[in-house]
Amino acid sequence: MIQDAFGLIFTGEANPYMRDLTLSRAVAAVPFGGRYRVIDFVLSDFVNSGIRNVGIITQKNYHSLMDHLGTGKEWDLNRKREGLFLLPPFSTKDNTGVYRGDIDAYHSIMQYVRHSNQKYLILSGSHTIFNTTFEKILAQHKETGADITIMYNEDASFDPEEQNRDLRLLFDEDGMRVKELEWYPRYPRSNFRSCEIMIIDKALFEDLVEESYSRGGIDFVRDILLTHVHELNIMGWRYDGYVARIDSVNTFFRHSMELLNAPEAHDLYNREHPIYTKVKDEISAKYGEHADVHNVVMADGCKVDGTVENSVLFRGVTVERGAVVKNSIIMQGSKIRAGAKLDHVILDKGVTVTEGRMLNGFEGLPLVFRKNLTV
Amino acid sequence: MKKRIVCMLLAGGQGSRLGVLTSSMAKPAVPFGGKFRIIDFPLSNCVNSEIDTVGVLTQYRPLALNAYLGTGQHWDLDRNNGGVFVLPPYMTEHDGRWYSGTANAIWQNRSFVDQYDPDYVLILSGDHIYKMNYTKMLRFHIDHKAAATIAVLKVPMEEAHRFGIMNTDETGKIVSFEEKPKQPKSNNASMGIYIFDWKKLRDYMERDDADEKSENDFGKNIIPNMLNAGEKMVAYPFEGYWKDVGTIQSLWEANMDMLGDPPLLDLDDPSWRIYTRNPVMAPHYVSKEARIKNSLVTEGCVVRGEVEHTVLFCGAKLEEGGKVFDSVVFPGSKIGRNSIVHKAIIGENATIGDNVLIGEPPKEGEVIDNRLTGDIALIGNDVTIPDGTVIPRGAVVTQETLSQFVNGGTNA
Repeated sequence: MIQDAFGLIFTGEANPYMRDLTLSRAVAAVPFGGRYRVIDFVLSDFVNSGIRNVGIITQKNYHSLMDHLGTGKEWDLNRKREGLFLLPPFSTKDNTGVYRGDIDAYHSIMQYVRHSNQKYLILSGSHTIFNTTFEKILAQHKETGADITIMYNEDASFDPEEQNRDLRLLFDEDGMRVKELEWYPRYPRSNFRSCEIMIIDKALFEDLVEESYSRGGIDFVRDILLTHVHELNIMGWRYDGYVARIDSVNTFFRHSMELLNAPEAHDLYNREHPIYTKVKDEISAKYGEHADVHNVVMADGCKVDGTVENSVLFRGVTVERGAVVKNSIIMQGSKIRAGAKLDHVILDKGVTVTEGRMLNGFEGLPLVFRKNLTV
Repeated sequence: MKKRIVCMLLAGGQGSRLGVLTSSMAKPAVPFGGKFRIIDFPLSNCVNSEIDTVGVLTQYRPLALNAYLGTGQHWDLDRNNGGVFVLPPYMTEHDGRWYSGTANAIWQNRSFVDQYDPDYVLILSGDHIYKMNYTKMLRFHIDHKAAATIAVLKVPMEEAHRFGIMNTDETGKIVSFEEKPKQPKSNNASMGIYIFDWKKLRDYMERDDADEKSENDFGKNIIPNMLNAGEKMVAYPFEGYWKDVGTIQSLWEANMDMLGDPPLLDLDDPSWRIYTRNPVMAPHYVSKEARIKNSLVTEGCVVRGEVEHTVLFCGAKLEEGGKVFDSVVFPGSKIGRNSIVHKAIIGENATIGDNVLIGEPPKEGEVIDNRLTGDIALIGNDVTIPDGTVIPRGAVVTQETLSQFVNGGTNA
């Protein structure tokens, strides 16, 4: 259990590739995996590592996130000492309330960093999903005496059309020290991609951020890491478990389907490291007399009397008799009326598909229906 | 701080008729309906009725109940003023003893109630499944200016002899009370739900406590004494689902009542949710080979076999080729490949091996002690059943009795 580190999660980065899924919420608050939000994974990783002090930087559209996180009690972070700190933007003389980039945000919450008692800071983004603990990366960080340690994994995927905070690491001969970084590369030379987790000594973090801020720095990766890659001792820590990067609607869809078809994705549901989330007091999922369900991940509160295949059903979804749902992701509370047929579709929360309606997307081009729509 | 009403929940006893299911926990902690425990029902009814102070009386394995209830946060009962309290028997400098009866349990904890100085006290049993708005009953009690109000349910006349029967006049006033009468005069069965004026109840309990011959029981002593003394006692008619789940048969039936469309017991009711300590588990997974009909499946389950007319609790697993019918599978239990389970209750964290048959007709000459179970096979908590074992219907299997079923063993 980690005693000497605290966590800081940066949320609210805009991502146009998420289309309607981020119309009214941050990527961190996008539902994933049947009953979670994207942020639940990294937040649970912190908690399962023993970290009891976690700050969450929010920006625009953070209502959904605040509602989800509440006092942090589901993560056992409603503590008298430390716990969960929500850090929304606020206007002060140094702070206009709108962040140009993460350096602005870090600068304006530096009070929280200074007041934290732990020596090490674990910085996290909020669109990368994995289920692990941070003991090993922190141990390596201490052993090597690195300035910054970046968690990475090997990921051969590259889509120049939907690049999102794509940071790649190139190592020197010993394979540990980072000699070069690629940020939104046009022709990537490395498959070692950052998992958006960095460990840094809190004093060094403050120095780097304030120094960069004073020179108009905006982006932590571009204006600090890339600028100082040769002066700083940046190390990598390789993670071999399952990693899902929610970069776009397509990657969201692909990783959701991997929960069904790729055994390695079951890493995310590892019972030794439970993923905590906001509890809804739903009853068990109910299967009717005509239910025909195969290869499906389904949360509590669903009522199914139709056919469902290769799909993920979030809490409280209704599939009426005669409805057919294939290769789809159906979020909380959506209703699929009798006789409707869905294939390669993503329904956001509370969508109703009326009787007999046919909705067809395609592999690589799933149809997305925004929250509370009636189709 | 003063409260208008305080609830005292008789979480009571070992529940011996539930046999091996209560070997390590009190009856109210027995799982129910996929993700609940029995005690979730009275607690949720209280919270939904805006009653925020609940004392839970138990003298059997209070630790398990205490651990389950925690601070009460899962029922929204972590209150600054009020909340949920487990009240086991305790010693004082003068005396201290086990609870000798239901009324004695309340009497011994009168100082707990007194600190809220309530006008009324609601007495509940911890082993009933129902949804009820106690506020309506309280209003009835106040409107009738009664000293005591007892909730009653119309039961079929031929079953009335199994219940405490309240005979009333046309205004709803109780004129006589008979515990399990051979010749019932009416079919108003007591549901074990009482509202008393606290001061009045306190007086009667004090007198009852002084009476050495008394069994200190509500049904046997307090209520007859109040009736005989001419107190105004009224019957509050309840309509809706109610079941005493004190036996294996009724526990199985109540679980089955959640199935079907519409179900007899509908808990999918946003206006009257039943709260519980939610397990932290992944959504359930249904494999390509699986087939599920007319069943409840809970988070944490993995289903690779066939399930019909069954309730699978959180974290239950069914392997390929396995079939489960008409059964209740408690949390964390595993059923191996090609095993067939028919009409059974599988206890918590039990492990059923491969090619096991449960609920088979007994072999010729085989004698099964099924006094508690009828035709329901009952597998105890944490029992591991080896591959290829055959368990006859109605059998009770614990780690101790297991050997008589393994390797086709006989009742030697």
